[in-house]
Amino acid sequence: METLEQIKDRIAAAIPGARLEIIPNDTPANQRSLLVDREHAFEVARLLRDDAVLRLDYLSNATGVDWLDTSIKEKVKVKKVVEGVEKEVDEMVERKKAGYLEAVYHLYSIAHRHGPVILRIRTDNRTDKTRLPSLTPVWRSAEFQEREIYDLYGIIFDGHPDLRRILMWDGFQDYPMRKDYAEPDDYEYEPTPHDEVLEKAQPHSR
Amino acid sequence: MPAAEISSPPRNYEVMPKASPNGEFDGELLEVAMGPHHPSTHGVFRMDVVLDGERVAKLKPVFGYLHRNHEKIAENTTYLASMPYTDRLDYFCSMTNNWAYALSVEKLAGLQPPERAEYIRIITAELTRLVNHTCLVGFLLQDMGALGTPLMYAFREREKILDLFEALSGSRMMCNYMRFGGCRADLPAGWLDGAKQVVENYPRFLDEFEAFLSGNEILMARTQGVGALPAELAVSAGISGPMLRACGVNYDIRKVDKYGIYDRFEFRVPLGDHGDVFDRYMIRLLEMRESLKILRKALADIPDGPIVDSKAKIRGFKPKVGEAYGRIEGPKGELGFYLISDGSLNPYRYRVRPPSFINLTVLEDMCVGHSVADVVVILGSVDIVLGEVDR
Amino acid sequence: MDEGLRSELSKQGIFTTTLEGIYNWGRRNSVWPLQFGLACCAIEMIASTMARYDLARFGAEVFRPSPRQADLMIVAGTVTKKMAPQVVRLYNQMPEPKYVIAMGACAISGGPFKQGYNVLKGIDRYIPVDVHIPGCPPRPEALIHAFMTLQKKIGAQRLSGSERARHADPEAPSEFPVPQYGPHDLEPSKNMDVWQPPKLARAG
Repeated sequence: METLEQIKDRIAAAIPGARLEIIPNDTPANQRSLLVDREHAFEVARLLRDDAVLRLDYLSNATGVDWLDTSIKEKVKVKKVVEGVEKEVDEMVERKKAGYLEAVYHLYSIAHRHGPVILRIRTDNRTDKTRLPSLTPVWRSAEFQEREIYDLYGIIFDGHPDLRRILMWDGFQDYPMRKDYAEPDDYEYEPTPHDEVLEKAQPHSR
Repeated sequence: MPAAEISSPPRNYEVMPKASPNGEFDGELLEVAMGPHHPSTHGVFRMDVVLDGERVAKLKPVFGYLHRNHEKIAENTTYLASMPYTDRLDYFCSMTNNWAYALSVEKLAGLQPPERAEYIRIITAELTRLVNHTCLVGFLLQDMGALGTPLMYAFREREKILDLFEALSGSRMMCNYMRFGGCRADLPAGWLDGAKQVVENYPRFLDEFEAFLSGNEILMARTQGVGALPAELAVSAGISGPMLRACGVNYDIRKVDKYGIYDRFEFRVPLGDHGDVFDRYMIRLLEMRESLKILRKALADIPDGPIVDSKAKIRGFKPKVGEAYGRIEGPKGELGFYLISDGSLNPYRYRVRPPSFINLTVLEDMCVGHSVADVVVILGSVDIVLGEVDR
Repeated sequence: MDEGLRSELSKQGIFTTTLEGIYNWGRRNSVWPLQFGLACCAIEMIASTMARYDLARFGAEVFRPSPRQADLMIVAGTVTKKMAPQVVRLYNQMPEPKYVIAMGACAISGGPFKQGYNVLKGIDRYIPVDVHIPGCPPRPEALIHAFMTLQKKIGAQRLSGSERARHADPEAPSEFPVPQYGPHDLEPSKNMDVWQPPKLARAG
């Protein structure tokens, strides 16, 4: 199979304007992935499927990932005038990084028996801009898996033929797989109380 | 057996036209909810069916009645503590579930199981495939109306293999046997002889089973031409396992990825050519024969040695930051685990790629135009286990 | 009746019993379960009816697909919040006298999946349970033991007097409210008439 760099070049040549980025992976698995921007994701997906060399005709796995807002504290050297003299001073700076939701697609080729090529698409944030293009028209396999991502993570897939909740019931309002989901408190009773579970059950004991 | 031989019995069942002959519906459509409590749905699965007389006009599966939050729980616990939960995904095949998860973590952490462990894994996985396919055939016949008897035969054989699993792991169904970089315990004394005996006797049971079933006129009438699936749709819809191969697509992950030590074994991949229920049934019977071939060689060749990679850590197991996707050819199809590590004790993201869930994507395409009774048979041939569909 | 007289009569070929005794004897040897499996435990439930374990020896092999014909509900597996209303509805549809076996850790308390947001923490929050079997999953032998325990219970049930069985008491409820799907959880999350949280042993 072509390397991810070659695939990236191939996409860049065919779809001008597509913003692509290779996400590194330092583990022994060494499965790097390709980050695609929202606007061109659908075209990129269709190219990957139809390209004669790649022929990634089999979408094996589609899933969501929730990345919370993070704040990174960094030591930055700042030039400051202290007592009339310019000095370099260490200062702690807190940088906020907005969180986002991510859809990850694992692609294989049955025709050429290679893979995986991993595709990632990200939303702008976790609250109001959570729309992504649906890849169901390209790979039918995404139909239920995107519904599941919508159900559990709240990513809205534009162009999905039937986007409804799939695992939870229809009136359910939360997105339970998000990292900040608070589950309903129904730990009234724990037959073998211990540690955190005991703590959780404690408020109900009186 | 080559593809041509599978389809050799005569086809004596014509697929009914999708609508009434003049192209319009002549009556009212009836909406029926099959399930979640329904004897044919293999658990708590629901199909919202719209019927035109006896014919299915529309079918929407409804999931989630066994959604027990496996992924969320796994993200809140350590890597090893998720191992027993994987048993409960597809509760017929705990050994292959263990293997798929162990394989993914091994990819993530760079562990290599020793030779003996690889052999034990292959032996247990192929025994699991025997259990799964045997029981599936029993349930499929039950769905066709053969109440009890084939299922009793199947469960009789299942018990023999479960005895082996129990001797090995201490539990009949929920084995929790594999570890990252190997297996939990070595084979007990006499286990290999017991396994050899089961493998020796199995073909006799299969012969008997096939003699009763495969040429049976009712079985052929109920399965041939029912629920046909075109190969292009199957590939696009991510269908895997025996269901994909029944459509004639030669894709077996044991051959493609050569994970474990499958490249040392000679076995053939049975293929169908109609993609209907009969092909799916036949593929499973043929696959069992191939599994027996693998088992015979593995049981003869298994070497002595350690069973766990010495680099594997049990306490404080923290893989590097990164991700891995590992997959195996489970009895139901491609079973994958996708893990993202943030360098802590718990996986940041833990995802199961459930074969039977994705295989249901095309349920509607297969059922439309058939009668309600056929829906039951088609669903039976997909081979779903709800623990894995809903997770 | 005097035991001596009874034994004397039986020597003469005369068999004496009470109405209650023969009624319970008949009932306890033909318990028909509802064919109703939820999860992993259902496979062990099927295994216990198959060749090796043969539940038919206890008169309970006739699994009925319809709740209208069943005496016993074996809650075999994890009850999720999405499934719980259906379980209660099925129980309500069964005719009296009816019994419930909670099979496996999940049906008792949520078991290994207790932390799950969609998992009901024990079916006895909504319907009364007669026999609990621990195990994950319980072996077929354990299910058979639960059957025998249930048979003992049925055999000892009184039909009259102040300690009569529930089905013999016209005042006792035979149907229980079905919970509704709410925006975050089931509503209500438990039926306080059936189940109240026991006092925590170590609360303090």
